[in-house]
Amino acid sequence: MIEIINLHKSFGKKHVLRGVNLKVERGESMVVIGGSGSGKSVLIKHIIGILKPDEGKVLIDGIDIATLKENELYEVRKKFGMLFQMSALFDSLSVWENVGFALMRHKKMNEKEVRPLAIEKLKLVGLVGVEDLMPSELSGGMKKRVGLARAIAHEPEILLYDEPTTGIDPILADAINELIIEMKQHLSVTSIAITHDMNSAYKIADRIAMLYEGSIIETGTPDEIKNTQNPVVKQFITGSASGPIKIEGVHYERTLNRT
Amino acid sequence: MLRVIELLGRYIMSFAEELGRILFLLYSTLKQMVLLPFEIRNTFKQMLEVGIRSLPVVLITAIFTGMVFALQTFTGFKRFGAEALVGTVVALSMTRELGPVLTGLIVAGRAGAAMAAELGTMRVTEQIDALETLATNPIKYLIVPRFVAGIFMLPALTIVADIIGIIGGYLITVGLFEVSSTLYWKRTWDYLEVSDIYNGLVKSGFFGASIAIISCYKGFYTSGGAEGVGKATTGAVVLSSMTILVSDYFLSAWLFK
Repeated sequence: MIEIINLHKSFGKKHVLRGVNLKVERGESMVVIGGSGSGKSVLIKHIIGILKPDEGKVLIDGIDIATLKENELYEVRKKFGMLFQMSALFDSLSVWENVGFALMRHKKMNEKEVRPLAIEKLKLVGLVGVEDLMPSELSGGMKKRVGLARAIAHEPEILLYDEPTTGIDPILADAINELIIEMKQHLSVTSIAITHDMNSAYKIADRIAMLYEGSIIETGTPDEIKNTQNPVVKQFITGSASGPIKIEGVHYERTLNRT
Repeated sequence: MLRVIELLGRYIMSFAEELGRILFLLYSTLKQMVLLPFEIRNTFKQMLEVGIRSLPVVLITAIFTGMVFALQTFTGFKRFGAEALVGTVVALSMTRELGPVLTGLIVAGRAGAAMAAELGTMRVTEQIDALETLATNPIKYLIVPRFVAGIFMLPALTIVADIIGIIGGYLITVGLFEVSSTLYWKRTWDYLEVSDIYNGLVKSGFFGASIAIISCYKGFYTSGGAEGVGKATTGAVVLSSMTILVSDYFLSAWLFK
C-alpha cells in the first residue's frame, strides 16, 4: 500500500506540492490527473524516493522512505518499475540489455540467462525481433513498449507510469492503455499513473485523483469524476479554456498584447 | 560601487557553492568506488574511451611539440653554443611539464566534453532517474568508472606523450641539425631523473581525476534541455582546462621543490 501524507515540496520560491494526501490500495490502479506544471511528476518522483519531501511522508507498505538509508532505499526501489514519459531507455545499451538491466544487476544473472527472459518480456509488450536493435533505431511507440518491458522485467509490485500516452498517436496511445490494463490483470500490480489524457485515465483507472494547486482536490472512480460537481475538475476533464483554472502565462501575454 | 561589491559577492558565493558541490560529488564518488560490486565492464569501456581513443591526438600533439621544442631550443641555444643540451631541455620539459599538461588539455577537450555531454543528455532525457528507479546508484554506475579511467589513463597517455615528444626532439636535433645521436641520448639521460618522470605522472593523475570529476559534475547536474547540455559541455571543458593550468603551477611548486 502507498500512502502520501501532507506532502510539501518547494523549488526555490515555487511551492509545488502544498499538502498532498493520497492513499493507493494494494492492487489498485490510481490515475493522478492535473494540468501541465501542476506537480504530477514531482509527486511521482517522491513516491519512488528520487525527491525528498520538505514536509510530510511517503509510506510504502508502512515504511517512510525519506528516513531510509541509501542502501535501504535501493532495496525498496526493487519493488518498483517505472515507465518514463520519453521512455528514458539507456541509449548506450541494446534493447534486450535495457530490458534485462535490473535482472543482470540485482539477480546476479549472466547475459546468457537474461537474454531469453528479456525477449520474453518484449513479447509480452508485443515486440518481436527488436532485441538487438539500439534505442535510437526505434520509433516513439516502440520505445514506450521497451520502456514498459524494462519496467516489468524484474516483476515489481508497484508500477509507476509518467504520462504513458503523451507524445504518441491516439491508436498507439490506446494500445499502451490496453497494455497497462493487461499488466494489471496479469501481474496484479499496484499502479499509479500521472496523465492529462482523460481517455487514458478513464480507461486504466480504478480511481482518479485530481492534483490542482499543489494538493489533491478530488478523488473518485472514473464515473464519479465524470459526474463531478467541482468546477475545477469539470473544467479540466472537459478540456475547456474558460473556467476557474488559470492558464499559466496567458493572462500576462494578453495584457501585454493590449498595451 | 555598491553594485560592484554586490556582484563580486554573488560571484564568490556561486563559486563557493559550485566548489562545495564538486567536492561533495568527489566524496560520494570515492565512497562508491570502494563499495562492491566493482563496475569492471563499465570501467574498461571508459578506459578505452579516455585512453585508447585519445591516443592518436596525443601522439600527434606530442611528436610535433617535441619537434617544435627542439627546433626553437636549437636555434636559441646555438647563440651561446649549447646545442648539445637540446636533448636535456626537451626531455625535462616533456616529462615535467608539457607531457602532463598537453595530455590533460587534450583529454579535457575530448573525453571531458564527451563525459559532460553524455551525462547531461542522460540527465535531461531522464535516463539518470531511470537508473535510480532500477535501484542502481548513478554515481557508482556512471561516475566511478569515468573517474577511475581518468586517474589511470591520463598517466598512461602521459608516458606515451613523454616518449614520443623526446623522439620528436631527436628527429629534429639529429635528423635536421645533425647533432650526434649518441650525444642527444647521453645528454637526455645524464640530466633526466626518475623523479622528473614520476612527479609528472603524479600531476597527470591529478589532472585525470579533476577532468573526470568536473566533467561528470557538469553533466550530472545539467538542466534545461539541449541548451543545458551545450552549456554543461562548454563549462566542463573550460573549468577542467582552467583547473589543469592553475593547479599545474601549485603542484609543480610543491612536487619539484
